[in-house]
Amino acid sequence: MKPTDTQNPEYFHKVVDCQYACPAHTPVPLYIRLIAQQRYSDAYLVNWESNVFPGVLGRTCDRPCEPACRRGRIDEEPVAICRLKRVAADNKEDVTARLPKAGPPNGKKIALIGGGPASLTVARDLAPLGYELHLYEGEAKGGGFMRSQIPSFRLPDSVLDEEVGYVLDMGVVSHFNSYINSMNEMLTKGYDAIFVGCGAPRGRDLPKLKGRKEAAAHIHVGIDWLASVAFDHIESIGKRVIVLGGGNTAMDCCRTARRMGGEDVKVIVRSPFAEMKASPWEKEDAVHEGIPIIDNHVPKEFVVKDGKLVGMHFDRVEAVYKDDDSRELVSTGEEPVFYPCDDVLIAIGQENAFPWIEKDSGIRFTSWGTPILNDDDTLQSTRKEVFFGGDSAFGPKNIITAVAHGHKAAVSIDLFCRGKDLEDRPAPMVNLVSQKMGIHEWSYDNDPVNDAREAVPLVELEAALSDRALEVELGFDASSAFVQAARCLNCDAQTVFTASNCIECDACADICPTSCISFVPPAPEEDLRARLTVPATNLEQDIFVSDPLPTARVLVKDEDVCLHCGLCAERCPTSAWDMQMFLYNTTKATPELVEIP
Amino acid sequence: MSYIKPKFQHPNMPKNALGYTVGDYNGAISTLCAGCGHDSISAAIRNACFLSSIPPHRIAKLSGIGCSSKMPTYFLGRSHGFNSVHGRMPSVATGASLANRELTYIGISGDGDTASIGMGQFIHLIRRNVNMTYIVANNGCYGLTKGQDSATADLGAVSKAGNVNPFDGIDLASLAILQGASFVGRSFSGDKEQLEPLIRAAMAHKGFAFIDVVSPCVTFNNHSGSGKSYAETRKALDAMPLDFVPMREEIRTQYEPGTTQGVTLHDGSVIHLHKASNGYKTDDRNAALLSVQEARDEGRLLTGLLYLDPNTQNLAQNLKLASKPLNSLSKDELCPGSRMLDSINQGLR
Repeated sequence: MKPTDTQNPEYFHKVVDCQYACPAHTPVPLYIRLIAQQRYSDAYLVNWESNVFPGVLGRTCDRPCEPACRRGRIDEEPVAICRLKRVAADNKEDVTARLPKAGPPNGKKIALIGGGPASLTVARDLAPLGYELHLYEGEAKGGGFMRSQIPSFRLPDSVLDEEVGYVLDMGVVSHFNSYINSMNEMLTKGYDAIFVGCGAPRGRDLPKLKGRKEAAAHIHVGIDWLASVAFDHIESIGKRVIVLGGGNTAMDCCRTARRMGGEDVKVIVRSPFAEMKASPWEKEDAVHEGIPIIDNHVPKEFVVKDGKLVGMHFDRVEAVYKDDDSRELVSTGEEPVFYPCDDVLIAIGQENAFPWIEKDSGIRFTSWGTPILNDDDTLQSTRKEVFFGGDSAFGPKNIITAVAHGHKAAVSIDLFCRGKDLEDRPAPMVNLVSQKMGIHEWSYDNDPVNDAREAVPLVELEAALSDRALEVELGFDASSAFVQAARCLNCDAQTVFTASNCIECDACADICPTSCISFVPPAPEEDLRARLTVPATNLEQDIFVSDPLPTARVLVKDEDVCLHCGLCAERCPTSAWDMQMFLYNTTKATPELVEIP
Repeated sequence: MSYIKPKFQHPNMPKNALGYTVGDYNGAISTLCAGCGHDSISAAIRNACFLSSIPPHRIAKLSGIGCSSKMPTYFLGRSHGFNSVHGRMPSVATGASLANRELTYIGISGDGDTASIGMGQFIHLIRRNVNMTYIVANNGCYGLTKGQDSATADLGAVSKAGNVNPFDGIDLASLAILQGASFVGRSFSGDKEQLEPLIRAAMAHKGFAFIDVVSPCVTFNNHSGSGKSYAETRKALDAMPLDFVPMREEIRTQYEPGTTQGVTLHDGSVIHLHKASNGYKTDDRNAALLSVQEARDEGRLLTGLLYLDPNTQNLAQNLKLASKPLNSLSKDELCPGSRMLDSINQGLR
């Protein structure tokens, strides 16, 4: 195996598991350290630069960072990254003066269709460069599905308004209550580029299920129903409610129904509980609110009596797994089960829908209904001045993915408007600085603490259920936040090895608490992995291989469970090891938006 | 500030026959200089005890004074220990092994503690053949007092201060062979592949086992001109690799015929000496002395198992001591009554 090239920033980037897993590559350990130092505003701005909606995401993110967190591989649970983000947002001072302003006009005009996270990110990234930005939104306020689908007991309007406001205040011309119904018309309006971030607005239905038409008055498509609640178009629901589906939208539907008058609310899902699409914590939250989740039940029929919905029949099934890892839900052969209800909410998925984009617009679509894009980085459609992002690009994902698309699309739009090659994308901003302060001192908190993860405190259940607008989670207080922040291992403090300094004294290999370091004869990767002190079996994690040492051996470090405690560097007599803080700032149209002292 | 080793371990850490991981054999974090060869020896002892599945509470660590003698704090944190007076560890070890012959004794000493102040005790420890493993962390200088030449510093070696050593160094391995030690090895702190099996074999040996380990002092004796720096030691190293297979463990490694020779210890464990040893005979005291001296004359540092008498009689056997430790003898055994006393007295008339 060849020596590892740590000059390529992607090597160290991948070591910072949380940041690497984050679609927007938020520098997580950096802002967690700032929270521990009670520098909440700085922590907020680090977030804001990278993910635009820290207050929103600190409450609602799908948190791909947490399953990736290295702490989860050596301890019971990962760092509470998401809810620490909320601490920064909750405790920050007024940051408006530190936010960037619109740049001097550069004469280019961009249209943004849809007012959700993707469009707002494009606007935020392009405004400082002097683009004239026009945002079109069908509803009365910006925010997209952050507003229409996420209930206010999880995300208060004030938090969303504030963060949408930061973007709109950068001189964005907003056109609310302006549903766009013709792309061809937009194309004639003289925009230099158009960004489509209109989401995946069509909720899946069960049109062919028996009784669907007859009971239509009491059957609602989940996302449409949530939007109606969010915009106060409806006030109540029946006492007995069945929610169909096992995703996060189903969880939001059932919890909202509990607050709209639903007393007996059930989630009924086809798949086994463990395989539901909803995040584990969202399932927990629903169960905590007294909502049973009934799995392995497939809807069979809406039962209508005297023209009115009275309940539903379900087939009981069990999951059968085949050799090719596919799954089939096979009926158990038992009698169908009847569950009585007054209303049904269908939350079984969403689809892309572009009825307003004409066939002759030059924008072509895949058979899945998603636009054909140049590639995942440029997000350019088959009509070169039109770009897609968020759910409208590749189907329903989440907010943080929409933000990541927004960054990429903004880079593409900027390159496009300047007549540059879209494939030739600017490099990320990277920094690497030694942290050595003394023999036993580092300028980061290198001693891993043993504290366990704590759950976020909640308001009383009774109070929560009686007020749809009352936020359920209270958030960590400052002292809990400090303990939770200290759990972070600082994986961005990189172990940097210089083979020419090494005298092979073994001190690093001997001291390493997690036995990550081995001196072994060079070999192909598979052999090397097997021959380490503890074999490196986690193939998702890289191994670092040094240049050959004087004894013709190489030093190999398995990145998998490195604690970044710095003991290897402390015990190194020749500074062949050093702990160096790595900052990776992903490519954005405006590289530096805020200043962190 | 890192004076505490984190509690987290690799989740896939191998376990030994007792269910312990190597981390269970750790001691406190070392306060020796970063990169000290002694820390590497500590790790080799830790690994050896782990691999041989020795219960930590059945081990006693004994030492004198010096950087070397601080080492026992840094491994086997759950074993017995006695940090004695300078050069007097052999007395304590002798007494301890007489009182309890069932513990595994590991003596840690240095070139000053053994070859200078402790020489008188050391030579008698060998003569008495106390059942223990005696490891000298040999760095050729007094690291604790800023690096003066020790009695094992090589002739002509240059100290960090620039002085040339006008005296010939004491070769502890040769001395041990000459004095009749039943197990003599030499190794290098930077060669764990050899040192670990050597320590395991020494602990399995039922008699006095001596290992001289060249252990560079990174702070005062790791420069060019020093005879015991990492680079110089590696240059001179003439290593005879070996493997140790404990009794009860099946021999998994297949060696090509004629490439190894096996030496069986008294307890049934086997030491495999590899081809590089080139017909070296471990059971011939005179030949061993000759080989060590020849290598020395040629500027080679011969390491490995230099001499072994697996059927030696150790102190407890020679003195026909009770087969059980004193602390497990009951009142009746210790005080067999007046009839027994009478019969003893009769025998003396």
